[in-house]
Amino acid sequence: MDPLQFIIDRYNYWIFIVLMMIGLYTVIARGNLIKKIIGLNIFQTSVFIYYISIGKITGGTAPIYTTAHQEKLFGHGESHERESHDGEGHGGGHGDQSHGPEAAGHESDDGHGEDASTDHAAEPLHAGASNDAAALTAGAGEAPHGAPGDIHAGAPNPPDALTGGDPATTEALGLTINPDLVEPIYSNPLPHVLILTAIVVGVATTAVGLALAVRIREAYGTIEEDELEDADNIAEFGVADPRDREPPPGGKGERPDGPPRGAKLAGDRLSTRLGRGGAS
Amino acid sequence: MTIADQLPVLPIILPLVLAPFAILLRNGRAAHVFAVVVCGAAFAFCAMLLARVTAEGVISYALGDWAPPIGIEYRVDLANALVMLLVSGVATLAAAFSYASIRTEIDDRQLPLFYAAFMICMTGLLGVTVTGDAFNVFVFLEISSLSTYALVALGARVDRRALTAAFNYLVMGTLGATFFVIGLGLIYQATGTLNMADIRAQLSAGPPGAMPNSMVEAAFAFILVGMGLKAAAFPMHLWMPNAYAYAPSAVSAFIAAASTKVAVYVLIRFTFTIFGSDFDFIDAMLTYVLTPIALAGMFFASIVAVFQEDVKRMLAYSSVGQIGYMLLGISFGTEAGLQASLIHIFNHGLMKSALFMAVACVMLRLGVHTCSGFHGLTKRMPFTAAAFIFSGLSLVGVPLTVGFVSKWYLLQAAFDAGRPWAGFLIVASSLIAVVYVGRVIELILLRDPPSEGLLANDVDGNPVREAPLSMLIPMWVLVGANIYFGLRTDLTAEIAGRAAAALMGGAQ
Repeated sequence: MDPLQFIIDRYNYWIFIVLMMIGLYTVIARGNLIKKIIGLNIFQTSVFIYYISIGKITGGTAPIYTTAHQEKLFGHGESHERESHDGEGHGGGHGDQSHGPEAAGHESDDGHGEDASTDHAAEPLHAGASNDAAALTAGAGEAPHGAPGDIHAGAPNPPDALTGGDPATTEALGLTINPDLVEPIYSNPLPHVLILTAIVVGVATTAVGLALAVRIREAYGTIEEDELEDADNIAEFGVADPRDREPPPGGKGERPDGPPRGAKLAGDRLSTRLGRGGAS
Repeated sequence: MTIADQLPVLPIILPLVLAPFAILLRNGRAAHVFAVVVCGAAFAFCAMLLARVTAEGVISYALGDWAPPIGIEYRVDLANALVMLLVSGVATLAAAFSYASIRTEIDDRQLPLFYAAFMICMTGLLGVTVTGDAFNVFVFLEISSLSTYALVALGARVDRRALTAAFNYLVMGTLGATFFVIGLGLIYQATGTLNMADIRAQLSAGPPGAMPNSMVEAAFAFILVGMGLKAAAFPMHLWMPNAYAYAPSAVSAFIAAASTKVAVYVLIRFTFTIFGSDFDFIDAMLTYVLTPIALAGMFFASIVAVFQEDVKRMLAYSSVGQIGYMLLGISFGTEAGLQASLIHIFNHGLMKSALFMAVACVMLRLGVHTCSGFHGLTKRMPFTAAAFIFSGLSLVGVPLTVGFVSKWYLLQAAFDAGRPWAGFLIVASSLIAVVYVGRVIELILLRDPPSEGLLANDVDGNPVREAPLSMLIPMWVLVGANIYFGLRTDLTAEIAGRAAAALMGGAQ
């Protein structure tokens, strides 16, 4: 394979890798805590892009049944597979456990080589429609669950891409490429849904991280990592015993008699601790 | 459908739904009681689950009645029932233990928030353990991690370094979780499913040699790094000593026992249930990657622990070493090794939690968690001192304690796996543990308590008293568990053995 073509076909993965490295580098190399958080965000975003790109199928639309599609579906003398697919879509929707076709179709992909199996999203437009239809036919009913890998076509010849170029497999799967069934090509929604969850997690992490940065700034007066380290070292090694760092302000002196045992209030203890601990 | 059918989801859903109500309780005491009750209920459910799994075998629960593999499945087998029992049990005891200690370390107004975060953290850890859906692991992992960051940062009132510790933990933890998600994405791309059992079926179906392609191998590498970060496996442990040292004492007692163990459990689950040691690359990864990591952790972290002045930091480094033992058990790739690993996950949770609780008692009375606070502790806080000594001996692996059981099974596994040198290294690193635990025990037993200076009296300036009963009882329950499970070895060993057999059987 032409190396340049190899690179161009996988452009989404290159975006992912480059962003990921930028993010990781920022996290590692930058001393500023905010910049670290931003680096973390870029890193996470690269993963989001990766997930989104693996769910995308060339020419695929949002996985919603439209009236036009329905008419088209019922207008044709549809195959058995088509019926079962439709039934799944409208019925339980979750009951499908048949992985036979999917597994088989998938293995043949791998027989074709791992390059092909990682390459559905960079799928060139020309290989699109009929191949996707074939995949839908083959894996009828498993559309919501379908592997993105099922539907790719890295090779110029669509049927070959699906079956790894093995005619025996094609036959075994009963693959019939019916051009009438081209219409409803759906993108795989699952990676997109997953990544929505991950985005929420990412936002929460960013919020907690920034909140911590604010608190660090309040406690130390800086958010530069090396200055924070210096401040800690001075605090730790400047005085031998941490208890001597800041003697409790009047903890004992104020109360010559001292209250009876166990009668101290939490507030008193807190102030004592605060004086000693040297926080905020 | 009766309520009993819903058992697998109850320990997760109950604390998750009830945690926000803790915030509504304006009173710290009420929030504390509430948290203990909720955690206790979760513990009861986990115990019932374990009993039922022991009797009836694997329980599969379809969340929302959406059948797997499309829906999310909760799958309880012996391995995760055991880990769930540990997590919820330690959470209950730590919650009961926490009140007297935590109210001196954080603002009273934060107490309800603290208990809410605590319950959410437990929920997340239980969720990671119970779920049979790979992506669900990530979601629960982040639920528990986010609350842990907040819990660690609460230590800032006593020591501001808790803030930087929490920040570093957040950065490392998020990197780990994101690596894990990349691994999941690669698996999903290769198999088209996220259900663990289904991934396994997809990976093992098909012509030999076809499926574990480089994409699947890369997925395992990403998951190994991600979980290694979360578990603080040796070269990825840098966030951990500070986070444990500066977190509020009661928080350390909980997260040290639970959070890293759950990450190790996830690693076991992915290695054996999902990928399976019958794949050559897993075998190679275990031998050439995990074994060196485990051994390096056992020695390096233990040696660093010897030189720590801060007892909490020492215990944290010791945890890195102990995780080395767990990884070593996994790295044998045998049933015996896996059994030893599971036993040690459970036992180490018991001993480390008890040790951190003893440190929390010292912290409460003396306001320090450095070695200087431990001088002559037997004469001032005899019960705390005895708890530290017993669980410290358990950490070393003295007979009649759980630590001995762990080491015994690990040694057996090492010899069974044909790696006697690993056995000798286990003993050698235990000797280092003798040094770092013995150092503190020597201070406790043989030194005189300081008669002048700040440490002569407790933080209020009174003569040092024993810690309150509300702290002593949970601590001694754990110490009792250390001894009980050290004597009744058949309980943990049998469950872990059957769990290991099931995990390995899943690989066939």
